[in-house]
Amino acid sequence: MIGYALFFAYGCFGLALLFCLYRVVFAPGLSDRVLALDTMAINMIALLTLFGIDKGTTMYFEASLLFAMVGFISTVAYAKFVLRGDIIE
Amino acid sequence: MIAEIVVSVLLVVGGFFGLVGSYGLVKLPDPMTRLHAPTKSATLGVGAVLIASLIWFPARHGHLTWHELLITLFLFLTAPVTGYFIAKAHMHLGWSRDELPRPSPGKDWATFCDPDKESLVDRRAGDRPNG
Repeated sequence: MIGYALFFAYGCFGLALLFCLYRVVFAPGLSDRVLALDTMAINMIALLTLFGIDKGTTMYFEASLLFAMVGFISTVAYAKFVLRGDIIE
Repeated sequence: MIAEIVVSVLLVVGGFFGLVGSYGLVKLPDPMTRLHAPTKSATLGVGAVLIASLIWFPARHGHLTWHELLITLFLFLTAPVTGYFIAKAHMHLGWSRDELPRPSPGKDWATFCDPDKESLVDRRAGDRPNG
């Protein structure tokens, strides 16, 4: 049963990544593109966690923690750059 | 067996919410409403998947790890900050301050003002250093 649930979640998050990729490529504005990239990082964290459950290893948690941090920092840096024209003032 | 059912339900719920969050990014009409879908729904989906992983490892493999709880807390703390920053960048990119509705009568948006001039928070006159 856990196998079917894992396959369903894999499909859902893969499809979610494709939606985000569509929004990155065909975005009406700059902020939508930044938001779609942030959502891609969040979906990648979910996919890494699902892969860890599937393989029975805790090795991927460090990777997803790094994804969470890098996604947040890059989004804030990009928004700051758009707002002020500079990241570290 | 019970752990397997709980983990399966959490995985299905998490996958559904993650899909809804990213589909809303494509479906919803304008940028401010598009901001709602990933910051709320996708964060909830990832949280459900991480909690499922937190239950699954002690139940199947017999060792408890706290990494998932750390990642969940980090995501739930940073998602509002991310949404706030993107909304602020969008307000400065897409609108002039005259097009926006007033947040309250006689007040301006805090992000368009000088830092010490005007804010949504009502301050007493004596709080400001230069009057």
